[in-house]
Amino acid sequence: MSDAPLRAINLECIRGDRLLFSGLSLHLSPGQLLQAEGANGAGKTSLLRVLAGLSRPAEGEVHWRGQDIQSNRAAYFSEMVYMGHAPGLKVELSPLENLKVSSALRAGTADEARIEDTLARVGLRGFEDVPARGLSAGQKQRTALCRLLLNPVLLWILDEPFTALDVHGIALVRELLEAHLANGGMALMTSHHALEVRGDCRSLNLS
Amino acid sequence: MTGLASAFFAILRRDLMLAFRHRGELANPLLFFLIIVTLYPLGVSPDPELLRRIAPGVIWIAALLAALFSLENLFRSDFDDGSLEQMLLSPQPLPVLVIAKVLAHWLVSGLPMLLLAPLLALLLDMPAKAAWALETTLAIGTPLLSLIGAIGVALTVGLKRGGILLTLLILPLYIPVLIFATNAVTAASAGMPVEGQLYFLAALLVLALTLAPAAVAAALRISMS
Amino acid sequence: MWTFFHKLASPKHFYRISGLLIPWLGAITALLLLSGLYFGLFKAPPDYQQGESYRIMFVHVPAAWMSMFIYTFMAVLYAIYLIWNIKLADVMASSSAAMGASFTFLALVTGSLWGKPMWGTWWVWDARLTSELILLFLYLGYIALVSAIEDKRTAARAGGLLILVGVVNIPIIHYSVEWWNTLHQGPTVTKLDKPSIHASMLLPLLLMALAFQCYYFTLVLVRARTELLDRERRSAWVKELFG
Repeated sequence: MSDAPLRAINLECIRGDRLLFSGLSLHLSPGQLLQAEGANGAGKTSLLRVLAGLSRPAEGEVHWRGQDIQSNRAAYFSEMVYMGHAPGLKVELSPLENLKVSSALRAGTADEARIEDTLARVGLRGFEDVPARGLSAGQKQRTALCRLLLNPVLLWILDEPFTALDVHGIALVRELLEAHLANGGMALMTSHHALEVRGDCRSLNLS
Repeated sequence: MTGLASAFFAILRRDLMLAFRHRGELANPLLFFLIIVTLYPLGVSPDPELLRRIAPGVIWIAALLAALFSLENLFRSDFDDGSLEQMLLSPQPLPVLVIAKVLAHWLVSGLPMLLLAPLLALLLDMPAKAAWALETTLAIGTPLLSLIGAIGVALTVGLKRGGILLTLLILPLYIPVLIFATNAVTAASAGMPVEGQLYFLAALLVLALTLAPAAVAAALRISMS
Repeated sequence: MWTFFHKLASPKHFYRISGLLIPWLGAITALLLLSGLYFGLFKAPPDYQQGESYRIMFVHVPAAWMSMFIYTFMAVLYAIYLIWNIKLADVMASSSAAMGASFTFLALVTGSLWGKPMWGTWWVWDARLTSELILLFLYLGYIALVSAIEDKRTAARAGGLLILVGVVNIPIIHYSVEWWNTLHQGPTVTKLDKPSIHASMLLPLLLMALAFQCYYFTLVLVRARTELLDRERRSAWVKELFG
């Protein structure tokens, strides 16, 4: 437990005038999945944004390998991928062009062939050069999923990864998650879907 | 290529590509620049003597406003589609990525203003020496406007109606640029030396280059939280 | 020393100590203001050039000083807030902005009133007045930004950054306006730069400046207390205080 790379200590989060949660602590070790549950507005997204280092908690700290993430961003961000509500794609650009930029923003090692392989793996073969404007919401989500695979990292933070996905897409995400956990990866996610993922899964109820 | 350089050029390339896929919108700030300048002879007087006297101020005020309005979209679409989040979560230093974005923006909005300026100088009957000084001040001044303006844009990017607010935040900070640039042009048309003003503008540019990217990065993190 | 500051910076202690300080500060303000006005309006001799009209200086100059002091003070407070995350600093700074803007406005109005008898016009693009006007814009920009952002903490951090950017720019703006002014050969009446000011005029000026300073601190403490209660209304000490 003490060697858990991700630890949150006594988090408190306030949105506008409302106290979302306080005194929240958690830790996550390799091979574990933590699923945040709660009603709409319970603060699931806020919690993930705090854990991803996008926003600051009103109180408390998030530590990665023993260091506060707000003061060691580069170290944390190089081992973490975050998928938010917006897929982070430019609709004028093709999945291939979009992912080239994503990859360059991270380690910058993925070449074109690797991106094409990854796109094929999420079921987008033949859509490599279609401007993202022409993709469905589910296909955009699948494109965003490629970020998890292009530059393998230890921690995935997924906010509603099943949004807009069909049955096959949901199965795909589950498969990816199981493989990630089996490889010693870590994942944090929120989802409305009750999901059976094989592995070390825990849930956190925010309400 | 190191990771930092490849991230920098990826952002620069992407933004230029996006700009050219919206070719139609590229001309808008330029038209804005041109129309504002056209309003002065109509609103004040077509007297060439008077126009020549107010020309530096007219052109520079139009440049300030054109820069400001084109900057409004610097982070807007990135904010809406989630690209900004991904940029903030990059392990690469954010100020460097900010420079890439500002540079791309300047190349498609500031640089064309430099090309249009001689035409405006002609319309307002500026002497050749003054037109030359105008070009030089715009070359140093427009990147300065982009850098300072980006701070305001970053602070207001999360707000629904940021437009007027942006003007209120940024225009007071543009005043030194306006003063020194217009003065250099006026001095040049009177045949006086302008090195002092140009050096001052260049010093401001160096200062903005060192401080503004970090301020923009901090402002973006605040706006996204 | 350090623990003292930390103790003071805790909302509960600040609330208690400021409650004790306010009546005293208020009394000192009244005393300084009355004596300043008495010496300024009755004791100081008329100016040999400007007659009686120069007496508006006793309001104009302290107001202008305060307008600059408050902006700088806000920058210091925000630096403290952003570096050490001491929330009290933000409460003080955001309570100061409206007063800073008011002092700036007062300096502009009194400057304009003073200008009428001196220059025969209500407004002259004099370097000081122009700088003061730009300072007013900076204050108003800050107030507009902070009120446009709904989340208080985000507003505080955004406002703080804007003030810090402003404080880097103010010397540059000030210098460029001065330079612009000397260049355009405007009215070169250096109304404040008297080579020597007579002691009978200096005394009321200093008294008034001190009075304004105390007035600011009194009011900012009152405003900060209210703001603090609003922000901390969920905390134990507020509930304890008000049942």
